[in-house]
Amino acid sequence: MNVRRLRRRVVSGLMTGLVAALSFVAVLALLLILGHLIAKGASSLDWSFFVKTPVPAGQTGGGVAHAIVGTILIVGVAALIGVPIGIGTGLYLAEYGSGRLGWTVRFVADVLNGTPSIVLGIFAWTWLVRPMGGYSALAGSVALAALMVPMLARTTEEMVRLVPHSLREAALALGYPRWRTSLRIVARTAAAGIITGCLVGIARIAGETAPLLFTALGNLNFTTNVLQPMQTLSLQIFTYATGPFEEWHRLAWAAALVLMVLVLVLALAARAAIRQHHGAAS
Amino acid sequence: MAPPADARLQLEAVRLTALYGRRAVVKDVSILFPAHTVTAVIGPSGCGKTTFLRCLNRMHELSEGGWVTGTVLLDGADIYDPGVDPVQLRRRIGMVFQRPTPFPTMSIYDNVAAGLRVNGRRARGELDAVVERALRQAVLWDEVKDRLKKSALDLSGGQQQRLCIARALAPAPEVLLLDEPTASLDPAGTQRIEELCHELKARYTIVIVTHNLQQAGRVSDYTAFFYLGDLVEVGRTEALFTKPAKEQTEAYLTGRFG
Repeated sequence: MNVRRLRRRVVSGLMTGLVAALSFVAVLALLLILGHLIAKGASSLDWSFFVKTPVPAGQTGGGVAHAIVGTILIVGVAALIGVPIGIGTGLYLAEYGSGRLGWTVRFVADVLNGTPSIVLGIFAWTWLVRPMGGYSALAGSVALAALMVPMLARTTEEMVRLVPHSLREAALALGYPRWRTSLRIVARTAAAGIITGCLVGIARIAGETAPLLFTALGNLNFTTNVLQPMQTLSLQIFTYATGPFEEWHRLAWAAALVLMVLVLVLALAARAAIRQHHGAAS
Repeated sequence: MAPPADARLQLEAVRLTALYGRRAVVKDVSILFPAHTVTAVIGPSGCGKTTFLRCLNRMHELSEGGWVTGTVLLDGADIYDPGVDPVQLRRRIGMVFQRPTPFPTMSIYDNVAAGLRVNGRRARGELDAVVERALRQAVLWDEVKDRLKKSALDLSGGQQQRLCIARALAPAPEVLLLDEPTASLDPAGTQRIEELCHELKARYTIVIVTHNLQQAGRVSDYTAFFYLGDLVEVGRTEALFTKPAKEQTEAYLTGRFG
């Protein structure tokens, strides 16, 4: 009897140790990346990095203000396009998507979810850049939105499905039309989860490079005109990291750090949104 | 049954059959719910009593594969007439479910006001008055009047259920359907809801589905016994409980099955 109990304890302890070690490995990757970025990039972060545009190659100094503003603009426009479509699609799938059309939309969303992002960039180039006669930030935003929509649609669908059926019935029994039940009761109850999905989606597209290569292209100058080529942090990193100058590499590390922090902040905001929801529910 | 004095508020099912696909779960039921009375619907689990209740405000047709034959008359008018909008109809027939279903994103006040707001915008003062009246009718006002803006989820289970009753009463329905409203409540909460039934029947016509025979005896004027989708017997509660006409009813009441 005692031997058995001992055995159980030993096995339990070993397993606990094993999963702890594995999760440590997973967290270690993030810590190593962040540590490396801080070591390489933090020293280049000064005021001019955030407010200046690049200086001619070979000189020192300059900043990536144009890329920071460009990232915010391109991702912002992409979110403006992608968030309503994604949430709308998700609501449709959860509330009305039991038929053949729903099945088709769900299938297309899953395929799009698995499509390499560079392919979306090529499509945006074919359908937007060529007809419009030039590279533009707007085309980049559309490519990023196309990346975001299927992700958001599926997240929204999952979140809306978590809303208990009894709540829907309660609203309908009160004389709510179906569409108002979906919007006022179901979507609002799932709001925290949907907002989290949006933030995670935005964080995801903020770091994308491939869909922007053929669309936003990149720009060495500061611009806020979304019909012109525009720089983003990810494109900046790509250009600088593959360039020949030591100064460029330095700036690439710093830009990578800024991008990483941006994504971290969004992830933390998503966490906060969830916590607030659970706080209200308990 | 004697014809009711007040023909308004009267509800009547006429040869009502409720089906899921091809399977009938309520079979050819005809029954009259006189105005200003409480009718208890009793019967063993799966006898179709909840489905029957859901036919009375056209909720059954929202279930997968749900449809009906026969009809239901409210105040003499056919509620299954093609010209009747079920959404409008449900504003005239309030319903409370087994488990409390407060809207989690809304405050206590907004929960009660929800059924009024969906019916069009109203002046703030009028809304305040209706919310207070509904909460008083549901005997919840004194417990929540100082925290109307707080989340409805902060209330206890019994309070949440009375909130749901207030929410159903606020749009001033004519009929109130209660689907085992005390199933998830403790004895004190149950007692309050039962007392509420007595007070509310002055204004409404009430149909209450219950598992609890004592409860049926305490709250109702009439009792209807369902078994396997059939309406076996309906009559005045004292009569049905003391001298059931059908053997099945007696067997159920004496606990031989169900």
